[in-house]
Formats: sequence, structure tokens, C-alpha cells
Amino acid sequence: MSEDLFQGYKGEALQVLRRFNVRVWGQARIETSRGMFQGTVLPRAENDDDQHIVLKIATGYNIGIDVRTIAAMEETGYKKANYKIPEKQFPVTPGLPNVKLFGTGGTIASRLDYRTGAVIPAFSPGELYGAVPELADICNLETEKLFAVFSENMGPEQYKKLAVAIGKEIEKGVDGIVIGHGTDTLHHTGAALTFMVQNSPVPIVLVGSQRSSDRPSSDAALNLMHAMFTAGHSDLAEVMVCMFGPTSDEYGLLHKGTRVRKMHSSYRSTFRTIGDIPLARVTRKEITPMHPQYNHRRKDRNVKIIPTFDERVTMLYYYPAMKPDILDAIVDQGYKGVVIVGTGLGHVNKELYPAIERANKAGVHMYMTLQTIWGYVHMFVYDTGRDMMAKGIIPAGNMLPEVAFIKLGWALGQTHDREEVRKLMLTPINDEITEREPYNGYLVYQGGVPEVEEFVRKVHK
Amino acid sequence: MPSKPAKAKKEPEQPATRRQQAQAVYEATREVIGYVPRKQASQDDYDRIGFMSGLEVHQQLKTRTKLFCRCPAGRYNKSDDFDAEVIRHMRPTLSELGEYDGTALMEFKTRKEIVYRIKHGTACTYEVDDTPPFPVDREALDISILISLLCKLNIVGEVHITRKQYLDGSIPTGFQRTAIIGVEGEIALKNKKIRLIQLSLEEDSCREISDIGHVRVYKTDRLGMPLIETVTYPDMVNPGEVKEACDVIRFLNRSTGLVRTGIGAGRQDVNVSCKGGTRVEIKGVAHTRWIPELTHNESFRQWALLNIRRKLLDTISDTPAWRPGHEFLPYHFLNGTSFEPLKNAKKNKWKVMAINLPGFAGVLSHFTQPGKSFADELRDRLKVIACLERPNMICSEDLGESAEDGFFDKVSELLCTQAGDAQVVLWGPEDDMATALETVEERCRMAFEGVPNETRKSFADGTTIFERVLPGADRMYPDTDSPPIPLEDERIRQLGSNLPTAFISRYQQLKAWGIPEDTFTFLFKRNLYPLLVRCIEELDMDPVFTGTFFGHRVKWAEGRRKPSPEISYEVIFALFRYLKKEGLQPELAYRMLPLIFEHPKMDFESVLNVLKFKRISKEDLISNIPFLREKFRKISISQGEGAEGRWIMGQLWKMACGNMPLSELSALAYERA
Repeated sequence: MSEDLFQGYKGEALQVLRRFNVRVWGQARIETSRGMFQGTVLPRAENDDDQHIVLKIATGYNIGIDVRTIAAMEETGYKKANYKIPEKQFPVTPGLPNVKLFGTGGTIASRLDYRTGAVIPAFSPGELYGAVPELADICNLETEKLFAVFSENMGPEQYKKLAVAIGKEIEKGVDGIVIGHGTDTLHHTGAALTFMVQNSPVPIVLVGSQRSSDRPSSDAALNLMHAMFTAGHSDLAEVMVCMFGPTSDEYGLLHKGTRVRKMHSSYRSTFRTIGDIPLARVTRKEITPMHPQYNHRRKDRNVKIIPTFDERVTMLYYYPAMKPDILDAIVDQGYKGVVIVGTGLGHVNKELYPAIERANKAGVHMYMTLQTIWGYVHMFVYDTGRDMMAKGIIPAGNMLPEVAFIKLGWALGQTHDREEVRKLMLTPINDEITEREPYNGYLVYQGGVPEVEEFVRKVHK
Repeated sequence: MPSKPAKAKKEPEQPATRRQQAQAVYEATREVIGYVPRKQASQDDYDRIGFMSGLEVHQQLKTRTKLFCRCPAGRYNKSDDFDAEVIRHMRPTLSELGEYDGTALMEFKTRKEIVYRIKHGTACTYEVDDTPPFPVDREALDISILISLLCKLNIVGEVHITRKQYLDGSIPTGFQRTAIIGVEGEIALKNKKIRLIQLSLEEDSCREISDIGHVRVYKTDRLGMPLIETVTYPDMVNPGEVKEACDVIRFLNRSTGLVRTGIGAGRQDVNVSCKGGTRVEIKGVAHTRWIPELTHNESFRQWALLNIRRKLLDTISDTPAWRPGHEFLPYHFLNGTSFEPLKNAKKNKWKVMAINLPGFAGVLSHFTQPGKSFADELRDRLKVIACLERPNMICSEDLGESAEDGFFDKVSELLCTQAGDAQVVLWGPEDDMATALETVEERCRMAFEGVPNETRKSFADGTTIFERVLPGADRMYPDTDSPPIPLEDERIRQLGSNLPTAFISRYQQLKAWGIPEDTFTFLFKRNLYPLLVRCIEELDMDPVFTGTFFGHRVKWAEGRRKPSPEISYEVIFALFRYLKKEGLQPELAYRMLPLIFEHPKMDFESVLNVLKFKRISKEDLISNIPFLREKFRKISISQGEGAEGRWIMGQLWKMACGNMPLSELSALAYERA
């Protein structure tokens, strides 16, 4: 009961509210040693201190009152806010493709949460239509909330459920699938779905937003429109991540789930295809393919769902002078797969060798990937590389570290046979290892260089 | 022109042109509402219309960096000097209390593409909303607490950063981060007290470069600079009082020496209403001297709109059923016209729409502001909301340039109008026509209600134009990126222990010293009061001389030649100290000041050398008087009273200046004259 009356208040602040008989959402007059304050008592975020009461004053601003300064308090009224995105029936338009939107959480659609003071996801076709009415011109929409977790809480359990749910929708005949997802691990899920949902006849688009949809300049609405358009109208039967191309509101890019990575903590244009070029560019009106090869949309429903994952897999980010006990501990804890993220062309120090040999003997599957993000593992260039291969480490080509981690978990979910796993790992399902790296697959321009500055001045970032 | 009764619009005796008729209505309605020019207006006039006004005074703070990022503050770029551009579109979102804001919906309707120009030196990824905010600048927080204490505001226990939505694009996030520091305070004017609602600390917005059609361009140099906003209650009852209150707030801010000065560093929004009207906000008034004319005109504009409302409700009984009719004009319609904008519309292959407004005859030409009528209210909104560049509209009652009279006869015929109707014709790209029609209808409907809530842009001539729908409290949202900041008693006590004296007591002290009042504005504007006090107390100088020296001489010297940027007023104190130490008279500063302003690094001795100053004893100077008196009698240029004394002073003052008090010399020169 007190939960409802005093949302989020605890300790001293809660005592003061009780003492003066004032509720959350009560309009209060508060006398303090700093003068008189008036306003509506708002809920307090759980992690904030117990020394202040939050008040919304008449001008709409929030302020905090230090409880130690309060002499008297009086409730003069009560008005609870009803925060609700206007819900409207999502219209069905004959002739438009049918798209299924799976919700997993994240900021694609969200509202304020007083408990944490942060934003929580809001999600239903009605709510989405209320917020982004343009969606109704793109497709007919059905939604299903699978989980409500932030992307850092997504994991193998969710990947598997998602894969199964997607398989069912495809069998039912949907024209495209969109998955709303937090951005932090969007690329992990992109990889997982590529391996778990193979040979899809329709587009599977992962989408998120870097700015929550409660902000006027949020990228959520445009990303969602791009994703729906791709799912409903594109010829790309791939697992893709659809996010801003430039930070400007101009176009989105469709990245292959196995070659994409989040490259900036907060930029809108944070997702980049690594070691290749994106699949296509998308605007609200058209899709322009960029990649010469991709899987085309098909009429059949021959999708293959392989929802397996062995969670006894870990990643080891190598650093200079790493001690072997780290790897020993991993093995002792019962891990069956280790993706090593090595330096340069794929190296670790000699000190680790005995631990590597020990792990190999214990049947642990070890794959080498790169801290450099771009480029291939080349373990033949130096002796040390050859040593390591001899000790059981398998180079994973230009597979991205996160992708290798997901793939190893997925592979070990099917078999622990050394050769089988090796075959699964090194046979690309969808370009997680590519035969060649095009010259424009690595473009990190250096700011300050005159010709780059000239380019940046002309082309919207 | 003789005035006519308000309803004189019906067929005049001799056929007048439409323009003459419109002019007649304009003048008659101006008289009916009782408009008087400001210079002739008395408090009675303002009481009659119930003039009420409040202020929102913005003041940039002098900090090293911006408020929420560590970009340098106070560095500005030219409009075409940029390194990159970013594009954004704004969408309305819900407020914390679950409402959409009216302004937000209007801005969404305009479908603007917003372009931000970025210069590496003055903006980082925070400004373009690609990085969350960094902790608030402590320096700015302390200054705003200090000024809040000066305004006797109740300081909050915890500062909550709030997002205030702005969908015009002036801030790339679509909201301004702002926080209340204090509520419920007051400032003292000469004869009354003005209550303050609150003081907030906020980030400054972008500067607009252009706004043409659907593209608006901003630069991001000023964006994010710390700014305080002082908001008063609507306690001011005449335009003069509004200016006085604004000056007091600005001088009070400056008295701390911790705020920025110069163009754009201080700006104010002025809220005005009249009896029966609504709060209208005049945005971004750059100079306080504009305030009286602007508030005067706005109060009468509202008074005029209320008259329009009465007039309309008299003729239109069923306002909910009121509908404008419209037709697109076929191009052959425009064949006969020599009116350039219409020919242009045809050339651009634009749509031309004629709208009939039933019952609006005599309303479109109704006086609203000097030189403006109700039709301008439509024009302004068409520009802002439907993005139709001006000239965008003509009407059957234009005061200015318009199409031939015959054109509107044809339009009337096409629209099947009736007597008592008015017509407008507007033009623009086809995509904007639906919004344009909606805009005209919406504004006309608002005329039935009276005065729309809006913000208006000001002009130097004292008139205003529509800028936006006035946003309400519905656009506030807690900033989920920033934790609340507690303000401890100890810190407030520390900041409060070193407050400059209150502005009003400074004002009274100046009066007590007998310093002429015409120096006050300059003294407060430049925050010279503390220096003045030091001159008087530490150097034992004469208050009237020193006050006038700062208020007249320094002001004159600044106006005459731009002071070198390195100059600090501290140099004037040093100058007086030097003169005192050397046993020279302070008047010598008159001659030295211009040189010092020009060459702040030159030492005072060298300045005197340049001026060819010689030290001469008082006795030697006085000894010249008998000789000059003799000389004057011989040459005897003029015979008037005091001519001799004047001539002698003319010969001697330069030599004497600094060596003896000029008043003493003058007394001797005029003796026996």
C-alpha cells in the first residue's frame, strides 16, 4: 500500500511525508527554512537519496526540497498524472505487406519510469501508431511483446525464443519481420539470428534507437519507418540491422547481422559494417542496394530454425603480460569454448602457452580473433602464431570477436566433436568470414586531414 | 483624413478604390478602440485597457566553458564559417504529465528540415545530441545561486535538470536543459516592488542563420552557453515600468561582475496582456529601450482583437458552423493582372488559392498595430506555419500593394460571395496548400475567441509578428540523463556571505552623493559602481566629479573611439591613484583618458609627455592673469559679460589642467570681470 502512496520515497523523506500526511501526486505547500514552496509531490527515483522531496511547481519545472529544511507541510489537493501514449487502432490497408514486430525492450518506444528515473519501453501497435502515424502508410502491423529487457540483458535464452517465434511467423506467411531491440547488443543478436534462422525467405530486420523516443529529435521514429519499409518492401531476405547511416536524419543503412558492430557509445550513426560494405541504403521511400550479392526474397517458406546454444563459452581479451592463471581458471570453471581476442595479427604472450596446452588437452575449443576489429587473423606470419596453432588455437579469419563468441556457443550447442565444431565455425553461413576484404571495407577517416575536412564539410555526417 | 464610424464600410458616396476603403476602415477602427500613440498615453489609458506585463530576462554567465559540455563559451563564428552540417527533424513527444504541447504540434505541421552548422572549435558531439550531457558547470551553478540570493529567491534543496521542449529546431535535441535555482523573490524599483516567480539556469540556444521555405539553418556556437532566466510576475502596469524593471534586473545581474556583456549576452522576453486578452510573449527583445513601444503596441493589438471579436460575434451567430469557402484559381484568371507576386506565382507553377471568409468584411483591414491590420495576422502565420515566403497573400481589403480592384471582383464572382464577406488569395507550392488553408481557417476561428496565445518576434519600430504558438507547462520533461544536484546550506551560506550591495541601495547612494541621474544607466550597465566607491573611499575623491567622470567622460571616450580590447576600467582607478600620488589634479584625467583608451599599455608619465604636459606651480599660473587681463583689454574681441574671464580661462586651462583645481583658477580669472 505504501508503495502506491509514497512511490520511491524511503528513509527520512518517507518519514517526513508520513508525518505531514502528504502523498505522492498530492499538491503541497511546504514551509522551509529557505522559504515557501508549492507544487505537486512527484515520485522519486529509487536510487536517489532519502534527503529530498521532488516537487513539480506551477511553471512545470521540477525541484527538490531538502527534508531537513522542512518546518511544515500541507496537502491542499491531489492530481495523479496519467502518462499514456495516445492509442489509436492501427489501420489495416489491403495491398500493403504484413509485417510482424517483435518487442524485446529497449528505447525504440519508451516512456518515463519513476522507479529508476529512466525510460522504460512502451509498445503496442496502437501506441506505435499514436506516436508514428506514418507507419500505417508502409505496412499492416501486428506486434508481439516477447520480453521487456534492456539489450544488455539479452542472452542465449532470448535468442532461442526469438528464433523459434520468427520461424512460426514465417511459416504463417508474414512478409517481413522487425525486431525492436536495445542497441548495445544489437549486433550480438544479429549474429545469433543469422545462425539460428537460416535460409529465411523474408527480411528479418533488427532495429533500435540511440535516442529514446521521448525526445523530439529521437532517431526512433525514422529508424522504425526504415525498418518497416525494409521488412515489408525490400528484396533482401537477410538478417539485418537497420540504423542511421549518417547522424543526420537522412537515410538508414542495412547491415548484415554478421558483419555489423556498434562503434560509438552515443552517436546515432553508431553501427558500421566492418570489413565489407553495407547491404543497402534505405529511406522512407526506397531501398538502394549497395552490396553486389545478397539473398533474395522468396515465396517458399523453407526456413531452417536451429535454436541451440551452449553457454559454457567465454571471451578472453588479451592484454600485455597476461598471466596463465586466467585461462586456467576458465578451464577449471568448466568452460568449453574460448574466443581469444588477440593483438595485431592474432597474438598472445609466450607465458600463456602452457595454459593453452592445458586447455587444449581438457578439450576446450579455442578460436583466435582480433582486437584490431578490422583485418584477418594471420597466424603464419610469425613463429609465435604457428606455435599457438600447434597448441590448438584455431584462427577465425576475419570473424568479428562478438560474432565468433555467438557462433561458438551456437556450434557447441550442437556438437562437441572437435572437427565438427571446427567445420561449423569456419564454414561461413552468411559472410561472418569473407574470402576477401574490399578496399573500401576499412574506412576510418582521420579528422584534421585537409581533404577529409573538405569531405566532411560537404557531405552530411 | 476625417475619421468615420466603424461601420462606414458599406458603399461610400463616391466610388472609392478598395485600398481607400480599407484605409478608411483602418483609421476608423484605430479610433474606435481608442489607440493613442505612446508619447501621448497616460496611466489612465493603460488602466482603461488593463495593461499588464511581466518579464523573462535572459543573461549569459561569464564562465570558461559551456553548461553541459566542455566546449569554450563565448566564442562565435561567422555564418559561412563551418566544418560540417547535420540535419534533424523534430517530432512532438509527450510531456511528463502525458500531454502533447500545442507548439510542438504546430512545429510538426510545418515539416521543417533543420540544418545545423558545426565548427570544431565551438561545438562537440554534445551540441548535436550525439553524446549525453556531462556534469553541470559548477561555476555557472554558483553564479546563478548568487544572483538568486540577490533577488531574494527561495533556493531549492535539490536542482533537477528538466527538458523544456523546443521544436523550432533552435536546439538539436529538441529540448533545452534547464533547472530552477530559486522561486518567489522580489526586486525593488524606484517606487515599487516587483515579485519574481523564479530564476532558472539553462543552456543557450542556436543562432538562426536563415529560414526559407522548409529549410531552417542554425549555427551551434552559442548553443549550450550558460544562461540564467529571471521571471517576474505580471506586476508592471505601464510600458515605462516594464523597461525600468528590466533595467533593474539587468543591472543587478551585472553588479556581480560574473555575467557576459555585449550584443546578445542579455535578451528578454516580454509578456503582455490587456483586460480580456491573453498572455502574449514578445521574444528576444535585444534592447530595453525597445520595450516601451513594443508593450504599448501589443496591449493595443490585443484590445483591437477583442473589438474584432465583438464585431464578428455581432454578425456571425453560429460560429461553430462557420466555414471558409475556397477555390484554386485557374491560371487564365491571372492573365490580366500586372501584380508582380501573382505573375511570379504563375511563372513558378505554384497553386493560387482564393478563400472566402464569410462575415469578415471590415475585419481584414481592422487596425491591429501601427501600419498593420488583421490581414497581417494571416500573412505572418502563413509564413511560419505553411512556410509560404512573403509576399504570400493579398486580400479584398489591402492597405498596401495588391492586385487590381477588378481582380477581386472576379474572385468574388468565382467564390459566389455575399456582401459582408471578405476574400484572401494566397499562393505557394502545391504541397503547402492544405496547411495554408488550415492556417487561415484556424486563425479566423481564433478571432471569435479573441487573442490567441502566441509568441511574437519584435522589430525596432515597435511592431511584432507571429512567431509560434505559446508553449505551456506541457512541454516539460525530467532529464533522464542527469541526476539531481543537492544544494547544501553551507554552500549557500558561503555564496551569500559575499553579495554585492543590492541594486536599489546603490541607486540611493548615488542620489545621496548628488551624482547626476543621467550617469546612472552607464554606471550600472558597465558595473562601474564598485570602482566608483573605491575612488571615493580609497582616494578620497569628490563623488560628483568622479561619478560624472565615469558617466559622461568615459562614456564619451568609448563612443568616440572603440576602446582597445585589453582595456579594463581598473586603469581609471590606477590613473586617479597616480594623479593623487604625483600631487596633480584629477581634471588632468580628462585629457589623458582618450590616449589611455587607445594605448592601454602606455605608462602615465609617457601619456603626459605625449600631451606635452608641464608641471607649473599654482603661483606661476596665477601670475599670468594680470598680464592676460591687460592683453584682453587691448585686443578686446568681445565685450559681453564674463567675456574677459572666459578668454583668460581659454588661454590658461590647458596649462593649468592638472596643476591646480580649475574652479579655483576660474574664480580668479572672473574676478573683477
